[in-house]
Amino acid sequence: MSAPAAALDWAQGVWDWAAANWYYPDEPGRGIRPRLIEHIRLSYASIAIGLLLAVPLGLACVRWKPLYPPLLTGVNVLYAVPSIALFFLLLPYTGFSDWTAIVPLAVYTLVILLPNVVDGLHQVPDHVRQAAVAMGFGPLRRLVRVETPVALPVIIAGLRVASVATISMVSVASLVGLGGLGRLILSDGFRRQFDAPIVVGVVLVVLLAFATDALLVLAQRLLTPWARRDRPRTGSVRRRRAAATAAADAPALASTAVAPPGKG
Amino acid sequence: MITFEGAAKHYPDGTVAVADLDLTVETGQTTVFVGPSGSGKTTSLRMINRMVEPTRGTVRIDGVDIRDRDPALLRRGIGYVIQQAGLFPHRTVLDNIATVPLLLGTPRRAARARAAELMELVGLDPAMGRRWPHQLSGGQQQRVGVARALAADPPVLLMDEPFSAVDPVVRTGLQDELLRLQQELRKTIVFVTHDIDEAVRLGDRIAVFRPGGELAQYDSPERLLTDPADDFVEGFVGHDRGVRRLSFFPARVLSLRDDVVFEDDLKVEDVRHIAAEHPWLLVVDTERSPVGWLSDRSLVDVPSGIRLSELDTVPFGHTFTVETDSLRAALDSAVLSPAGRAVGVDVDGRVLGVVTQDDLGAALWSVTE
Repeated sequence: MSAPAAALDWAQGVWDWAAANWYYPDEPGRGIRPRLIEHIRLSYASIAIGLLLAVPLGLACVRWKPLYPPLLTGVNVLYAVPSIALFFLLLPYTGFSDWTAIVPLAVYTLVILLPNVVDGLHQVPDHVRQAAVAMGFGPLRRLVRVETPVALPVIIAGLRVASVATISMVSVASLVGLGGLGRLILSDGFRRQFDAPIVVGVVLVVLLAFATDALLVLAQRLLTPWARRDRPRTGSVRRRRAAATAAADAPALASTAVAPPGKG
Repeated sequence: MITFEGAAKHYPDGTVAVADLDLTVETGQTTVFVGPSGSGKTTSLRMINRMVEPTRGTVRIDGVDIRDRDPALLRRGIGYVIQQAGLFPHRTVLDNIATVPLLLGTPRRAARARAAELMELVGLDPAMGRRWPHQLSGGQQQRVGVARALAADPPVLLMDEPFSAVDPVVRTGLQDELLRLQQELRKTIVFVTHDIDEAVRLGDRIAVFRPGGELAQYDSPERLLTDPADDFVEGFVGHDRGVRRLSFFPARVLSLRDDVVFEDDLKVEDVRHIAAEHPWLLVVDTERSPVGWLSDRSLVDVPSGIRLSELDTVPFGHTFTVETDSLRAALDSAVLSPAGRAVGVDVDGRVLGVVTQDDLGAALWSVTE
């Protein structure tokens, strides 16, 4: 049998396995679909909690500058702790609940996002900040109404990096019996020397990461329409759109490259 | 009226930004703070809206010590225009302009309507209101900045080097616009610049600051150019201040001669006797618009019977308007004219007469004495 034919055959096998194991109506906890849903639940909850912590902490760090260095060092130390260790350390307190996965992952999101929030706020041009002061914005109102919206593109760029990293890291939580699609890879695939579940798990994780990133790009377009540098009257609509997409993607791609690879 | 009473700003590292400033800014006038960098002009400006708190002394607006006012509330009553405009990138042009009215609690619809009015006032098409600031040119952004500062109709307007980041042509346009606006609005304007020409152009009064934050001279532009207080001011206003000063004298004082002005349907022989005495004749059309100069020599070989309109003339250069221009414009026009003579016109562009360099010299001598 020729090589392409063998590859096709193998792919067919993986597909058949995925189709056969997608969902068991009689056993709602079994199959691929519940794992995918679990993966989404764990990663999205972690990202959301990380974001909810990063924004106020970042605002606080900008408002009270001495706070930033110790806080950044603190969360960086947490980031240095291997996630597996954190999962196991949390087990006695949170048991096999979602929190065992969510707490460490939310902290990792926070570590990636906090510098982005702070940098984003620092990146607000000085003349814009001074104009806001001179117009009669008080400190809090200025932060909420001017500086945070202007920092939003940088914050969302950080969120894109953090979300991809978190979605990938959820898999590791399969070691403590959580981990969504990670369980396909670890329990069904690795332990049983069976590659179909590994492939399905990896492909779905990657697809989920891509879909999430696309959602965030969409959110960025809706939330920061002003950040699109497509001037009217230049070039066709299609070319402008292409340019805008490229511009929107470029920073995230660049920061993905420098993001901590494969935290686990 | 804004008064600085011994206002000073010392920084903890010993730097003196402003040393003991006593100065009164008159209501309804444009007062320009001018000086090199590090002379404390911007720091002084920012004392007025409490963006900088003086370490010593007092600043009062209409007699009220501004330290008794809440900074944010005080600032909403004082317009502020910053270099590079400082527009909020995440708000449309219209909402940028509406910023202070919205802070003051004006309903959004009313604030936007007011913003649209202001766009027209500063010479912008209200259709631009829905754009983002980055879609505007530098000059347009600065106009939006001025509109934003005026939105709540504050009696006081602070302008911190507002036009220094735009190119010279746009800057002149913005200055003209400001002069026109001020004619109409009569705000108390404090304008900071490092450009003495801009100061002379815009200011009713000019405060010259020297490095170290000291006030070197506070005078009308005319006095500043005529009688600089010391070597620093003299050096700062520039050594061509004599010529620049001519801006303050009207061209009306000149005596124009119209005996060398001829309509172009005349024949050569009609003007020969004048050309014998004057080296240059000005040809105008029947509407008295200037056509060009004829030199006496160019007439020598021309046979009689030819009309002036059939002859080649030398371009007349640029004219000055007798009623509205200054002696400086007249002098400039004479210097640039190939005939060495300036053409004076009325507001409709009709030639009133010409002025020779000798006449100009006599006039300059008499007015500047």
